[in-house]
Amino acid sequence: MRRAAPWVTLLLALAFPLAMQAEHQTYYLSFASRIFVYALAATSLNLILGYGGMISFGHAAFVGTGAYVSSILLSEGVASAWIGWPAATAASALAALAIGAVSLRTRGAYFIMITLAFAQMMFFLVNSMKAYGGDEGLSLRERASVGLGVDLGSDVAFYYTALAALAAGLYGLHRLAHSRLGRVIQAIRENEERAEAIGFPVYRHKLACFVIAGAVAGLAGALLASHGKYVNPNVLHWTHSGTLMVMVILGGVGQLWGGVIGAAGLLGLEDLIANHRMEWLAAMFPNYQQHASLGVGIVLLAIVLFAPQGIAGLLARGRRA
Amino acid sequence: MSWILIVEQALNGLQFGLMLFLLAAGLTLVFGIMDMINLAHGSLYMLGAFLAATLVQATGSFAAGVLLAIPATAILGMLLEVSVLRTLYSRDHLSQVLATFALILIFNEAVRIVWGPDMPLPMPAALSGPVQLLPGMYYPAYRLLIIGVGAAVAALLYLLVARTRIGMLVRAGASNREMALAMGVNIPWLFTLLFGVGAGLCAVAGALLGPLLAVQVGMGENILILAFVVIVIGGIGSIRGALVGSLLVGIVDTIGRAFLPILFGLFFQPRVASAAGPAIASVLVYLLMAVVLYIKPQGLFPARG
Amino acid sequence: MTRYLLALAWTAAGLLPLPAQAADKVKIGFISTLSGPSAALGIDIRDAFLLSVKLNGGKLGGLPAEVIVGDDQFKPDVGRQLAEKNIKLDKVDFLTGFVFSNIMLASVPVAFENKVIYVSPNAAPSPLAGKQCNPYFFAASWPNDAYHEAAGQYATTKGYQAVYMLAPNYQAGKDSLEGFKRFYKGRVAGEVYTQLGQLDYSAELAQVRAAKPEAVYIFLPGGMGVNFIKQFVAAGLSKDIQLITPGFSSDQDIIRAVGDPMLGIFDAAHWALDLDNAANKKFVAEFEKEYKRLPTVYASQGYDTALLIDSAVREVKGRIENTEGVRMALKSAKFQSVRGPFRFNRNQYPIQNYYLRVVGKDSQGRLVNRTMGTIFKDRGDAYVQECPMK
Repeated sequence: MRRAAPWVTLLLALAFPLAMQAEHQTYYLSFASRIFVYALAATSLNLILGYGGMISFGHAAFVGTGAYVSSILLSEGVASAWIGWPAATAASALAALAIGAVSLRTRGAYFIMITLAFAQMMFFLVNSMKAYGGDEGLSLRERASVGLGVDLGSDVAFYYTALAALAAGLYGLHRLAHSRLGRVIQAIRENEERAEAIGFPVYRHKLACFVIAGAVAGLAGALLASHGKYVNPNVLHWTHSGTLMVMVILGGVGQLWGGVIGAAGLLGLEDLIANHRMEWLAAMFPNYQQHASLGVGIVLLAIVLFAPQGIAGLLARGRRA
Repeated sequence: MSWILIVEQALNGLQFGLMLFLLAAGLTLVFGIMDMINLAHGSLYMLGAFLAATLVQATGSFAAGVLLAIPATAILGMLLEVSVLRTLYSRDHLSQVLATFALILIFNEAVRIVWGPDMPLPMPAALSGPVQLLPGMYYPAYRLLIIGVGAAVAALLYLLVARTRIGMLVRAGASNREMALAMGVNIPWLFTLLFGVGAGLCAVAGALLGPLLAVQVGMGENILILAFVVIVIGGIGSIRGALVGSLLVGIVDTIGRAFLPILFGLFFQPRVASAAGPAIASVLVYLLMAVVLYIKPQGLFPARG
Repeated sequence: MTRYLLALAWTAAGLLPLPAQAADKVKIGFISTLSGPSAALGIDIRDAFLLSVKLNGGKLGGLPAEVIVGDDQFKPDVGRQLAEKNIKLDKVDFLTGFVFSNIMLASVPVAFENKVIYVSPNAAPSPLAGKQCNPYFFAASWPNDAYHEAAGQYATTKGYQAVYMLAPNYQAGKDSLEGFKRFYKGRVAGEVYTQLGQLDYSAELAQVRAAKPEAVYIFLPGGMGVNFIKQFVAAGLSKDIQLITPGFSSDQDIIRAVGDPMLGIFDAAHWALDLDNAANKKFVAEFEKEYKRLPTVYASQGYDTALLIDSAVREVKGRIENTEGVRMALKSAKFQSVRGPFRFNRNQYPIQNYYLRVVGKDSQGRLVNRTMGTIFKDRGDAYVQECPMK
């Protein structure tokens, strides 16, 4: 049953658009695509946070770099995703290399602060790029194009593309976790001094992990920009990093599906509260729909205080018991 | 470039820096002694501002409102500490970060529900005008008040930390937590009290800045980052470091905002200069932090030996 | 197992039948800035819009009206998401409401792509008046530059030799100072762009003092203007320097927040409380009765937007699925505007009059803007020749 679950989920995900088409309801296809893209970003954060134990509060900077690089290319006429998306990924990898190289020399609270600070720096820099919209953001005329007779402008086509990217990302994380790099990183997370004593080059492994995560985040950013056809400096703001962290925690730190469950959970919850009015709740709190973050905050606090492994961890524990 | 302009900007930087200090002081002590990252510190600042706005309206007097807001916020802060934050002391930094981030969300919405998205906090009429400091040199009276109060609080804090028994306990805890605990300083109320003081300081800053900036939901987030930069530069756990750090950040930020556009304006078009100036000024602050950390990884005045 | 069920639930939710679309009502997506320091603007537009619908018996053009109100929180990405939801999920017939040009520009492409008409109750930036004019965009307010052009003309007429200018650094800000300079022929003592949403002007005021201008012209909507004017007067600058603003920067919301320091400010606008026509008299009276405050220009625009949509729906006799017909009906603008005469230019921006106003006291001793004279008659905008639309 446990082995089959991922495959069945995949099958359902593949079938979803067909159901939507029958209802002439493309809004939820678009919404699902957004979940996939955020799931990819959260999964990349899960790599450094969950598997690597590095509390980076600046992950939004890499998502944002990918988003902006691909958007700038698109606005300058480079329509092909085959150029734009790898460029975005490479740019984010570079940013991760630069920021990681400096930040990973620090530990603990300083690491958190430095990653936070660098992310804010990127935010202000991007904010000042008036040529590309500044704080008004940059609107794109079209999504990136993949050729092959496929138009990514169609919600269905984009849905499958995002799904493919997410599936690839998850598979990659699965292989990485079981690879040598992955095992070393998890050992470092467990006890850094011991890993160092054994002789592992800790800094290099952490940096490698950081760069890989940054690269994947960049791809997610590029997809995000194409999806909404709009990018705006807020995607780099530290509160956005916080949102990604919330997703990882909600879904399960260090669990393979943590990013996916977290993204689906958080975005689904927000949509549920904003767009589907629950009369019994409205009877008690007439304005509750405008205060969705309150619910999110309470749930998050509860999880941190009582269930530190997140939803996926809870599920795992349930199975074992 | 008149000297009046320079003096005025220097005063602005001083004013901003002193307010930052009020936030940074509480933050650095909590961080240094309880080893806890508290992202919700900005929310206490926001609460202080909202409480002040409400009390000013209720009492009809600016001074009364602000003065009453301080203990009110301090009490709320202590309640928060006793109920939620206490359980986080023993947890890892990630849990602390996430839990206090959750608190930010909760506080923002709670304030929105209770008060609405913003509250008016008008400047006291008596201080709405300018004061002539020197012939030809006018400066808003209210900002002078802020500088005065900020400096007074800084002096008071110094006295408290350097000259009293409680201050000695605080310094002991900041410089070596385990040893202080071993020596029997682990009195839970010290932590709670400290938190209350921090919250009270936030209230002063929030109430005083209210008439200048807007008292609105989310006002804590932006200033929180700067407060963190300040304590990282100054050294975690050190009040002196917080003061030096905040003055440094205040002046660099204000001078940057003021003079970089002029400098850029000599070379670029107005619209570019006005964007680049503030942007690079904000980045300057983070660059400053990065440089300080590179040279002195524990900050300028680390509390721990 | 639970993961599995989650996925099943998700798919199942997608398969639920949706309520049938009622073709016999008008759905309006109203997105505006309803929170934050500049919320007063969006709230005024919304209140006036809803008042107009209410006075019309809850209808627009004879059809029952459903107005879905959303708050963009002053954030372009939130505005865009709400626009997507309104258009793709709620399937609105008209989109309207945005206060700020930057948020609007990020959001309306969704409407244009889906052939949904956007009627602007405020933001009307120059790109959409000129090269990028769009058949699905109608400005029921005034071209972004208009007030600034009028103010610049006033400064020229008054003979000011040195004027210092400030605006926030975004499209409308840039438009505003370009507009002022288009008609102001004196010397520019300073041209400064501040941060959008900036509330502390200590640095800028110090520079104003150093520049010693005769007048200062500001474009700082909402909370930005409130803070600037307060700090300007607190710094003692109002003694020697005349403050000139575009109409909305000295309007009722600012007056409520600042008070007596506003007396004597000159401004330019397309509408004033004391304009003498039947529609306006009714509007001001009803607005004050319903909301216990005086309306601003924003409110007048929101009210006019509803009247405009009402007239168009009436003109097509309720057949709003015929988007082309609705467009033609909107273009003909057959309604009694509270501003007096109103007609559209070929770029679907208004051609109208602009008046000089001063902040003074009305017969009841309240601070209001009093009309002093007409600056422009039947003025369009400077960008229409770049627009290819007929």
